Amino acid sequence: MSFPLLTVTAAVPAVGAVVTAALPAATSAATRRTPKTVALAFSAVTLVLAAVMTARFDPGGKRYQLTESYTWIKSFGISFSLGVDGIGVVLALLTAVLVPLVMLASWGDADPEDPHSFEGRRRTQGFFALILAVEAMVLVSFLSTDVFLFYVFFEAMLIPMYFLIGGFGDRAGGPEAARQRSYAAVKFLLYNLVGGLVMLAAVIGLYMLTARAHLGSGGGGTFDLATITNAVSSGKLSYAPAAEKALFLGFFFAFAVKAPLWPLHTWLPNAMGESTAGTAVLITAVVDKVGTFAMLRFCLGLFPDASRYFAPAILVLSVVGIIYGALLAVGQKDIKRLIAYASISHFGFIIMGIFAMTTQGQSGATLYMVNHGISTAALMLVAGFLISRRGSRLIADFGGVQKVAPVLAGTFLVGGLATLSLPGLAPFVSEFLVLVGTFTRYPAIGIVATVGIVLAALYVLVLYQRTMTGPVKESVSKMPDLRVREVAVVAPLIALLLLLGIYPKPVADIVNPAVTATMADVHRTDSKPAHPAADQSWFSYTSLDSHGGEAK
Amino acid sequence: MNALIPVLVAAPLAGAALLLLGGRRLDAFGHWLGVVASTASFVAGAVLFFDMLGRSTADRPVHQHLFSWVPVGGFRADVGFQLDQLSITFVLLITGVGSLIHLYSVGYMAHDERRRRFFGYLNLFLAAMLLLVLADNYLLLYVGWEGVGLASYLLIGFWQHKPSAATAAKKAFLVNRVGDVGLSIAIMLMFTQFGSFAFGPVFGTAHTASEGKLTAIGLMLLLAACGKSAQVPLQSWLGDAMEGPTPVSALIHAATMVTAGVYLITRSAAIFNLAPDAQLVVVCVGAVTLMFGAIVGCAKDDIKKALAGSTMSQIGYMVLAAGLGPIGYAFAIMHLVTHGFFKAGLFLGAGSVMHGMDDEVNMRHYGGLRKYMPVTFVTFGLGYLAIIGFPGLSGFWSKDRIIEAAFAKGGTEGWILGGVALLGAAITAFYMTRVMIMTFFGEKRWQPNAEGHEPHPHESPSVMTLPMVVLAIGSVFAGGLFALNNAFLHWLEPITGHSEGNAPLGSLTISGLTLLCVAVGVAWSWAVYGRQPVPAVAPVGSALTRAARRDLLQDDFNHAVLVRPGEYLTRGLVYGDTKGLDGFVNGLAATIGGLSSRMRRMQNGFVRSYALSMFGGAAVLVATTLLMRSV
Repeated sequence: MSFPLLTVTAAVPAVGAVVTAALPAATSAATRRTPKTVALAFSAVTLVLAAVMTARFDPGGKRYQLTESYTWIKSFGISFSLGVDGIGVVLALLTAVLVPLVMLASWGDADPEDPHSFEGRRRTQGFFALILAVEAMVLVSFLSTDVFLFYVFFEAMLIPMYFLIGGFGDRAGGPEAARQRSYAAVKFLLYNLVGGLVMLAAVIGLYMLTARAHLGSGGGGTFDLATITNAVSSGKLSYAPAAEKALFLGFFFAFAVKAPLWPLHTWLPNAMGESTAGTAVLITAVVDKVGTFAMLRFCLGLFPDASRYFAPAILVLSVVGIIYGALLAVGQKDIKRLIAYASISHFGFIIMGIFAMTTQGQSGATLYMVNHGISTAALMLVAGFLISRRGSRLIADFGGVQKVAPVLAGTFLVGGLATLSLPGLAPFVSEFLVLVGTFTRYPAIGIVATVGIVLAALYVLVLYQRTMTGPVKESVSKMPDLRVREVAVVAPLIALLLLLGIYPKPVADIVNPAVTATMADVHRTDSKPAHPAADQSWFSYTSLDSHGGEAK
Repeated sequence: MNALIPVLVAAPLAGAALLLLGGRRLDAFGHWLGVVASTASFVAGAVLFFDMLGRSTADRPVHQHLFSWVPVGGFRADVGFQLDQLSITFVLLITGVGSLIHLYSVGYMAHDERRRRFFGYLNLFLAAMLLLVLADNYLLLYVGWEGVGLASYLLIGFWQHKPSAATAAKKAFLVNRVGDVGLSIAIMLMFTQFGSFAFGPVFGTAHTASEGKLTAIGLMLLLAACGKSAQVPLQSWLGDAMEGPTPVSALIHAATMVTAGVYLITRSAAIFNLAPDAQLVVVCVGAVTLMFGAIVGCAKDDIKKALAGSTMSQIGYMVLAAGLGPIGYAFAIMHLVTHGFFKAGLFLGAGSVMHGMDDEVNMRHYGGLRKYMPVTFVTFGLGYLAIIGFPGLSGFWSKDRIIEAAFAKGGTEGWILGGVALLGAAITAFYMTRVMIMTFFGEKRWQPNAEGHEPHPHESPSVMTLPMVVLAIGSVFAGGLFALNNAFLHWLEPITGHSEGNAPLGSLTISGLTLLCVAVGVAWSWAVYGRQPVPAVAPVGSALTRAARRDLLQDDFNHAVLVRPGEYLTRGLVYGDTKGLDGFVNGLAATIGGLSSRMRRMQNGFVRSYALSMFGGAAVLVATTLLMRSV
């Protein structure tokens, strides 16, 4: 048996979480740094492993690679099975890239106000251990090829997330903020638990159908994704239409809460607004991606007919979400809630790309997940730096920051421009692919979605104008510019935004074969152009005659 | 030789990167770095131009594929450049005028502490604009298209401590974004029709698509052009854009970026030629904007805003010409180039006047400046003669051909368009004479500035006057040179095509009529502003004048129709989202009751209790798996 790379990759942050949590309480300023350093080291090792995983992944090879499988609960056909396809591998890498940067950005966010109090002694350990726990669970979710295994970790990550949201806020606001925070955490948990319970019912239902079709090794049921997908496409497992629709909705509901899709989004602005900027990035850039990822992998793969059946309805919800999220972002007074609503708009784009069921839509959606992760991290983390300097999240409390902190303002602008999908930066590529992919099949929906492009410019530029330009407000006049640590967080993100905007081909090459396989799962092919240009090369271009005709 | 093509874009891009990332240590000489980067691009452009000149017509267009950009299924976007007669014309205009304005800015921005950043943005603009005109497909063009929008945003808002500048910058970007949506829909339509959005395949296959689809593509491209080129109904940003430093107004909002819409329409000739309905809309937009800008230009007392109205109007001429199809493409571009010279010159002159007058922009507070600023007066005066179409100067040759082409459209349309173009010429003469008289003639109406200092107008340093002189020379001779043996027409004809149309009037008759209109405009303006003293405070004026001062109520209209309903909608939604959708969930949480307070107690930062909860969660999961056994 070869080296279990995937298991180790997911295990390193899990071990890191335990080690960090077990570190003794700090006694001096120097030892107070220890848990952070240890946690960062574990996340760095995870990044290296994820990079190795990506390097060893062969885009032209089998659909699931680096597979490992260990029997877990034999009687139910549940196994601890991991494997990556092109979609999973880029999202796992994204997670591994973002977590160390989030830690670095949150360096001081969990420092106890009174390190000697009983409450404060282990606070830092808790925060960083929870981040590593989330990372481990998210990685298993991206790598899992067993439906039940996925479900367990999909649900389990709610627990550390709940404590991250409820236990650690940014330093903006007094006792009222603590109350808001616990409300946000409970709301997050309730929404996602309800989604998860519905999914659990569907998971069990699916198992019973596989058992009836004797798909399992012992003639019983199975949770193995590839086995079920193959059985569905070969007709060995045929659902009753109503049953397939019900199971699809069960899965989709859970993912749509997590993603989140309008109108199931209302937990997100609270959770992102009240938690620290680092936690907000974990929510929107990492945890929520599990939802959209799972739509691609599980909804489409397991229930192709139902996916096609519900696609138009989901597209309508997603395009409503695009515009609704953007309009609400325009109306926000709180910087972090504004970014949260912008994310809701962006999740609309991702879900639209997935259910447009075209190659461009799904590759675009996958790239969108990656690019949205990077761009939101850039914008939100810089917003966090800004907020912690002023002690307020309200847009109206800022003004003229550009003058006193030009580097902070500049990086904030780049993050904003990425959020509005400026060409040349990564999100443009994915957003345009999603739009094109939707337009080729549903032109009206594609055109309505372009309204989101204009609104994105509105909420980003209004935010920038109100916080960064104009006369310098008294309250920000002493604001220091970005520190070296903060620049070290933002610089890699901006470099990635540029790199993936100018040369996204390497990532697209990894994602494309996986999308082709997903398209085959749902029996969909791209629509052909109405009048295909015979030869796409430049050399077929002969100069035009004056009346626009063409030498035949 | 083709290896030089990427240098055109790379040189200013490298300059921008250096200047924006280099930090304070570049402050001392950063501006010269910017000038060098821009000039390097110009030299490369000139070398490529002469190289192209040496080849036969058929061999002139060259194409360079650099790398595959976004390959997804049938969607193939590449990064590749197309250098042909049309794009090299733009390259020379952009880098030539661009380098002169870089040089001018060395003097104009000398006292600005953020001068290095200013040059970084200017270089960024050049790189984006060159990408726009060199791209070999619409998606790459889109990158340049929004890139110049970004540079324009950064430069309009360069003095962003002024709220008016920050607002103007945001407005420009937003209005342009509306146009950009048109470009993206056009690209999507091309992809569904032709499976490609690269120039070659699209133009080669355009004739196979239905006229309806081509009309849709054409109208979407026109929407994009309206945004970038400040054409009605997306014109409202250009006047406000004058908040930017004057070199920016000269380069971006007069000579180059705002003409990108004309480039887009001309480049897409193969589509528009097959979509006569779209062309009709194009000429209507051009004709309406031509009058709109001219009327606004007559009423403004701010010298830059008067010139901005003029820019809109002149681009209206170009769009009109481009909408005429092969009759007009070459003349649209010819007017674009001559306009680039004289309008950039006029703006630099205006900047020089402001430089000498303590940044005063109100022409009612100028007067009699010709004695104090002789070089500015002469160069501005030559630009003035060129724009009104004084016989023999640049504007005469290019505008005259557009008016001829408008008549040559034939039929009633031809008469209407020709009539509008003639009327526009008269109004141009009126408002430009007004600017000239109010600024350089008459009595001094100088006002003390905010600190009570009387202005002491003085000539600008030679680093500023030199570019003005060069542009004045271009304003005088460029048009004649282009018109000589129809050189410019023959140069562009292989790309844009050409047909003569059927003019109902002889070319001499039209020239005569044009000159008559110009003379009437000048005389009328002199009668109003030259024969009697100009009041230092604007008179109330007629209803039309008052509307024109408010840009023909464009902002009032946009506010009433878009902004205010939008605000109500947003506020309503925000309220609904927290009270409606959220209220439902709150109710749910309330029924669960004590749960939340109990949970609150658990968020205490104790790792111990977290671990306990996690253990509890795991226990629940295990219990679930066990329970399933009995299912």
